[in-house]
Amino acid sequence: MTIERVELSHGSGDGNQRLLSEVVLPNLVPDRCGPLEDSAVVPSPGACLAFTTDSFVVQPLEFPGGDIGKLAACGTLNDLAVMGARPVLMSVALILEEGLDAGLLARVLRSLSAVCKASGVAIVCGDTKVVQHGKADGMFVTTAGIGVVPEGRSLSAANARPGDAVLVSGPIGCHGIAIMAQRANLGFASSVASDCAPIQGLTGALLEAVPGTKVMRDATRGGCAAVLNEIALDSGVTIRLRLADIPVGEGVTGACNYLGLDPLQVANEGTFVAVVPGSDAARALVALKAASGGSGAAIIGAVEAKGRFPVVAVTEIGGTRPVEMPLGRLLPRIC
Amino acid sequence: MTRPQFSDPALARKLLSAVEQVAGRVGPVKLMEVCGTHTMEIGRLGLRSLLPRTVELVSGPGCPVCVTPGSVIDAAVRLALDRGVAILTFGDMIRVPGNELSLEKAAAQGADVREVVSALQAVDLAEKDPERRFVFVAVGFETTVPVVARSVVLAAGKKLANLHFLVAHRLVPPALDALLADKALGIQAFLLPGHVSAVIGGAAYRRVAEAGVPGVITGFEALDILSGIHTALTLIADRTASVVNCYRRVVRPEGNPRAVALIRRVFQPVDAAWRGIGTIPGSGFELRPEFTMFDATGEYGLRVGADRMPEGCSCGSVLKGVIRPDRCPLFGSACTPQTPVGPCMVSSEGSCAAYYRYEVAR
Amino acid sequence: MCLAVPAKILSIEGSVARCDMEGSTTVADISLVPDAAVGDYVIIHAGIAIQVYDEQEAQESLKLLRELAAAMGEGEG
Repeated sequence: MTIERVELSHGSGDGNQRLLSEVVLPNLVPDRCGPLEDSAVVPSPGACLAFTTDSFVVQPLEFPGGDIGKLAACGTLNDLAVMGARPVLMSVALILEEGLDAGLLARVLRSLSAVCKASGVAIVCGDTKVVQHGKADGMFVTTAGIGVVPEGRSLSAANARPGDAVLVSGPIGCHGIAIMAQRANLGFASSVASDCAPIQGLTGALLEAVPGTKVMRDATRGGCAAVLNEIALDSGVTIRLRLADIPVGEGVTGACNYLGLDPLQVANEGTFVAVVPGSDAARALVALKAASGGSGAAIIGAVEAKGRFPVVAVTEIGGTRPVEMPLGRLLPRIC
Repeated sequence: MTRPQFSDPALARKLLSAVEQVAGRVGPVKLMEVCGTHTMEIGRLGLRSLLPRTVELVSGPGCPVCVTPGSVIDAAVRLALDRGVAILTFGDMIRVPGNELSLEKAAAQGADVREVVSALQAVDLAEKDPERRFVFVAVGFETTVPVVARSVVLAAGKKLANLHFLVAHRLVPPALDALLADKALGIQAFLLPGHVSAVIGGAAYRRVAEAGVPGVITGFEALDILSGIHTALTLIADRTASVVNCYRRVVRPEGNPRAVALIRRVFQPVDAAWRGIGTIPGSGFELRPEFTMFDATGEYGLRVGADRMPEGCSCGSVLKGVIRPDRCPLFGSACTPQTPVGPCMVSSEGSCAAYYRYEVAR
Repeated sequence: MCLAVPAKILSIEGSVARCDMEGSTTVADISLVPDAAVGDYVIIHAGIAIQVYDEQEAQESLKLLRELAAAMGEGEG
């Protein structure tokens, strides 16, 4: 009898073996062979390693443009990519809510697996737990990733200097709006799809054209506003943006106007910002635009000496205002 | 489409020149806007960094988040934590501290707090979950009162027994009366709230002109705000105290009579306290007898107490435009957007938060 | 207190309309604007339409603004 729903008994012993062999392993690591050990033992992939981890708690679990599996894979792979690392290994830990539909679980694991396979990444270890109904919002996924950083490469949020240029790899705001449109309490529908995607092709193209790239950071929770503030604070500079030059995802502006949100604060899952030496800006832009998925890239601002605010913006009518770090959760406004 | 036309940057820059030109004719002037959304948009556009320095744009008490008494928030928090009531609220109110907690902090302690984008959702939620008790926090000015009134009428039609309203609406014209009565404020013209006006119409502002002060009904796009300022300065230059409608595509002289009738059917005016300012006669609403069964205060025996303003906090004076935000002793030191003390800094459209962000980015 | 967006009515069912806001759709109560028809723009605040957008007045306003701008002369700003 095939498993239709995750049950508490699938969390340990015999039940766990069944869940793994019937649902988890065939969908997550279909090419797996050999016994399941307590640890994966692999030859060291390189001298300098990048190592990252993230947990994913999205609702709904499946959304336009992706699902929690794709999100988890891209999230971790992208954190490696923006450090200039070639991703090699991944771990996947699952906390499943009792009652979760097994078909849905299979689908999201296949999504996760597909992203890793396309990126040449091996999923070498993992864990599966089951918790009581109501304790895990469907499922929680934690991934960790290891990549290899070539010698001499040292991207860092502290590297930005006056005179550098700031770019974005594509239109902003898509992921956050796609998710919010699924929330009944926000009362709107949208055809915007999440930009969830692996960005390694783009980061690789940028680094090849501009080896002197200073910073790359994927603009996830808190959007571009958050990551640009982090970069400016870590580097001790001010970043000046030109709002008219920032590409906003189609349909995102209408949704943001309705909710009273700033697109700069809306999450992305396949879009990153980059800081390059000013003299390399044009070349960086050409490289991004030529790469698959980078046609919407743009130069959006420049780095200057530290001023009163970490990030300021020149508005569409030529005024100046700060762009602040978002204060926690994005909330809709009526005022 | 409509929006881009009224945001055209080239046209905006020309209007700015027009503003500079007329500003040159009048010398230092003090304009007041009384709408939180105007405060936000002016900030978002970076308008303060562009206006001539002789034009002082003051934010008045037009931010419902700032003027809703902290005791209203306390009442909602207590209902949630002590009585297990599900609180339904606009997102704007979630982080605002009452005299004790904010709704967000109450949620962290286990309160059922849910943000909604419309009062109509309260009706749906209550209907679908008859075992749970809901209270909707009804804040906002006359723009928001119609949807709340409509929700009350729908709730009455469905005979819902598990939904009540914590009514804390505030009205603009009585607030204008209070501001006009204080000659020391020296406001030379008002930018009047475009969407409140869409509901109540232009006649409601006659008192402004009668007091000898020009008023300009203003919309919210870049061109709207610039033309509103330009018109206000022109009226000052021409010494003309009239109310001019610069948002004609949305505001009719009579407003929306159907909306006004609905408001009058459901609510009646009552004296009300404004956080930091005190009581303004006839400036709030309460449910009419036909609908009092939906009043949360009556249903739960709430005592909405007096507010305690933190020591040194000058929000009251700031809200009336008496002092500039940076003249408050706490401004920029104890009180910043990251560590707000008073409501004017908590709300992202509060006068102090706006001033901190935008005035100093020049 | 005035966050409201112009939205185009796509379809009407009783006192409720499905409306488009530059690519997003929402359902709004139109009981306060009973004369609004499919294709009209309405101003929606917190789920209710508070007024019908007057396209003609919009064009008039823009015309006046352009005239004011023209009076500022060319090549400025």
